[in-house]
Amino acid sequence: MEILEMSAVELGRKIKAREIGVLEATEAALAQIRALEPVLNCFVTVDEEGAKRQAARVQRQIDEGILRGPLAGVPMAVKDNMCLEGLPTTCSSKILENFVPPYTAEAVRKLVKGGAVVLGKTNMDEFAMGSTTETSAFGETKNPWDPGRVPGGSSGGSCAAVAANECFYALGSDTGGSIRQPSSFCGVTGIKPTYGTVSRYGLIAYGSSLDQIGPIARSVGDCAAVLEEIAFQDKKDSTSVRREDCDFTSALEDNVKGMRIGIPGDYLGEGLDGEVRAAVLSAAKELEEKGALVEEFDLSLVEYGIPAYYVIASAEASSNLSRFDGVKYGYRAKEYEGLHGMYKKSRSEGFGQEVKRRIMLGSFVLSSGYYDAYYLKALRTKALIKQAFDRAFTKYDVILGPTAPSTAPKLGELLSDPLKMYLGDIYTIAVNLAGLPGMSVPCGRDSKGMPIGLQLIGDCFKEKNIIRAGYAYECTRNHEMPDLARRQGQGMAGAAEGKVR
Amino acid sequence: MGKQYETVIGLEVHVELATKTKIFCGCSTEFGGAPNTHTCPVCTGMPGSLPVLNRQVVEYALAVGLATNCGINQYCKFDRKNYFYPDNPQNYQISQLYLPICHDGWVEIETAAGKKRIGIHEIHMEEDAGKLIHDEWEDCSLVDYNRSGVPLIEIVSEPDMRSADEVIAYLEKLRLIIQYLGASDCKLQEGSMRADVNLSVREAGTKEFGTRTEMKNLNSFKAISRAIEGERNRQVELLEDGRKVIQETRRWDDNKEASHAMRSKEDAQDYRYFPDPDLAPVVISEEWIARVKARQPELRTEKLARYQSEYQLPRYDAEILTGSKHLADIFEETVAICGKPKEVSNWLMTDAMRLLKEQGQEPEDITFAPENLAKLVELVDQNVINRTVARGVFEAVFTENADPLQYVEEKGLRVVSDEGQLRRVIEGILRENPQSVADYKAGKQKAMGFIVGQAMRAMKGKADPAVVNALVKEML
Repeated sequence: MEILEMSAVELGRKIKAREIGVLEATEAALAQIRALEPVLNCFVTVDEEGAKRQAARVQRQIDEGILRGPLAGVPMAVKDNMCLEGLPTTCSSKILENFVPPYTAEAVRKLVKGGAVVLGKTNMDEFAMGSTTETSAFGETKNPWDPGRVPGGSSGGSCAAVAANECFYALGSDTGGSIRQPSSFCGVTGIKPTYGTVSRYGLIAYGSSLDQIGPIARSVGDCAAVLEEIAFQDKKDSTSVRREDCDFTSALEDNVKGMRIGIPGDYLGEGLDGEVRAAVLSAAKELEEKGALVEEFDLSLVEYGIPAYYVIASAEASSNLSRFDGVKYGYRAKEYEGLHGMYKKSRSEGFGQEVKRRIMLGSFVLSSGYYDAYYLKALRTKALIKQAFDRAFTKYDVILGPTAPSTAPKLGELLSDPLKMYLGDIYTIAVNLAGLPGMSVPCGRDSKGMPIGLQLIGDCFKEKNIIRAGYAYECTRNHEMPDLARRQGQGMAGAAEGKVR
Repeated sequence: MGKQYETVIGLEVHVELATKTKIFCGCSTEFGGAPNTHTCPVCTGMPGSLPVLNRQVVEYALAVGLATNCGINQYCKFDRKNYFYPDNPQNYQISQLYLPICHDGWVEIETAAGKKRIGIHEIHMEEDAGKLIHDEWEDCSLVDYNRSGVPLIEIVSEPDMRSADEVIAYLEKLRLIIQYLGASDCKLQEGSMRADVNLSVREAGTKEFGTRTEMKNLNSFKAISRAIEGERNRQVELLEDGRKVIQETRRWDDNKEASHAMRSKEDAQDYRYFPDPDLAPVVISEEWIARVKARQPELRTEKLARYQSEYQLPRYDAEILTGSKHLADIFEETVAICGKPKEVSNWLMTDAMRLLKEQGQEPEDITFAPENLAKLVELVDQNVINRTVARGVFEAVFTENADPLQYVEEKGLRVVSDEGQLRRVIEGILRENPQSVADYKAGKQKAMGFIVGQAMRAMKGKADPAVVNALVKEML
């Protein structure tokens, strides 16, 4: 089998068995990146030299028996909002164009310690604000299934890179659906873990109370293996929790007998594309045939998720992003008058439209006189949504539905209509507001050939339930790959030189 | 005679807590390091960094709250105060607005007008900002983040004070409580205690408060007194002229003994406070409160009483000694070694205070070891040196923490009580001063004092005065 088409865990096994060298796998991924980047633009930075150095080091440590983990030597990619010492970390924003952090995000550190080979930093919507990866200051990423379409967002670079076999897995972050929705659009699997499972230290914050790092891969098994490595209680993150049940791969069982699965009627109503609806219901049928108890129920409050989310996330973002002021690091306007002039010009020139929109929205809802009417009300809505899920999870082990109302739209289609873009988050957002784990698993393609995502939602700390359901479903079908992802020729080396360090 | 006015004053007091590390990271809080050496990604607001609360900050805040009779919010939270300024690396300060740790307390103060309770509205925890340094030469501003993230508590009083005397008494009271708890050294000059004065005036007898101003940049008790006087007069003059007091923040210039407006309420910023999502709420258990209470050291009022009963010190001595925690510690440690509380007290009250005053220092600045003061007391007690010499030795102890015995030996300061040597010296003096001898014989007692003095001087002060007295009397 072609190296690039292997799963991360399979490659890890072959590396340990000395069937494949770490450098060999790394070179293969780098060749794929060089070949496809001119079309897809999944990466902001490709660290070719660093990856090769790390590959050699990891190989040595595997040979010496120091590295024994399942993912040692497997090349991967990191969304560009997670700090990695010595590499630019831009959040796909002009304001952080030249920012090189002197520290590494804890989740990335864990993987690197376990022998991960970081190929580079992936493209995203600027500061993770957007659902298409089109708000990046470094150009949009394109969907490997159809380069005329968006990969979704904000972790679009990570998902497209995984789908196109440019890497074996990637890290993304999910504030309102930013792992699950692009996973759905790109036909890959992504997990947003329970809030507090993965350390946020080193993740450049968007909406701190909603942000969570998670894995993106081509199988449920790979996602479980990666999540197992990055989940831990970090003393540097006060919101991270201690868990004893992080052996996620133990849930990879093709057995859903007696599993209670609820489908919220609210997730199948108006606005949902018919082909997506059919694919999701047919996936539910598969699980039912395997012995799961599936029924529809009324979750309620779903429509309040979007306004609550945009109030809370924007409020937090308006404060989180105030540190980008041109004083200490990042972009500073060339010419300005006085301190406030410097702030204004640096921020006006450094931030893109969508980021500015959310900073203004967030500043507004926190202003005195509006705080109670918007921010507090949104927090109350958040609490009610959590209660609705709590009630549902007394009856069900897993909640099933679509990840997104439609498949990937054409480039530019959503960018011109922000409200429509916000509505695209309707099925993913409530999961973040309630702090729950959620996963998107591919469940077929529509008539245009674009992938459809099945969303599985679990109760807090019940990742294993959704991993089991996802795995059982995955066993009923084969992984589908875009044509573009088949191994590309070697002749295109250097085509992506611009961003190769 | 014009109208009578009453001054109404409330205070916001910031106190830097004496933790070894900062409030949200592990950096040192030590004062005076080279710029930006006590910093890390957290206290410089680097992207992706996260705050983690220092437990000791909560302990200190709790201790101060309990010692000032406050209620404790057993579920409290941190909020972000958003404003742009380069000394504030994240452009928000982590503070407490909605649920501060302590609320509704009081302290009792005593002034010439008698005893009075001053209410404490709340005490909250927050982080300090860095320091901006304006380089006129290079025409640029530099930021030092060493102070960024140093823990503070802000103690907000009720508007219960009516005079500068009451304000000073309140501040003294807070300072002593906090020093005794070990929560801060509370040095106004160095900024580890800072007070903003909210002041308004109203016609005597009226119930409603007048419009208040807030005065900043008050670095000493003297400055605070002067600023209160100045601001009261300014506001009364405005009212007398039929004009209005404008709600504003003013900055006191102690050199000019005047204040100027910094910003008015109209351009007051909207800080857009909201709960900090990076920090979990602080839950304070009954047990935790009980532990902090149990660890509460002897506070000043108790110490004051004990000094009078246990050490038999006059109230005056006890007040001065307990007026500084550091001074009281030195006193107790010295007495523990050598006993003689009154003797030790005298050294501290007279010679130590005089030297502090001469050098413009506070009792907190005393650096000598109690062992050395104890040794000095013993040397005097054992008549190894006489009192006159001892004062010089004390200076050496005070200024350079000298070992008294070593110092006495090196300088040859031991008391001379060798009769033969003293007799020879006195004989010489009697010979050189026949007139004094004659005067004495004629009944002038004063003349003997002169001769003793001459003898002491000839002995460079080292003779035992009692022995010299006896010998002179005999030889005359």
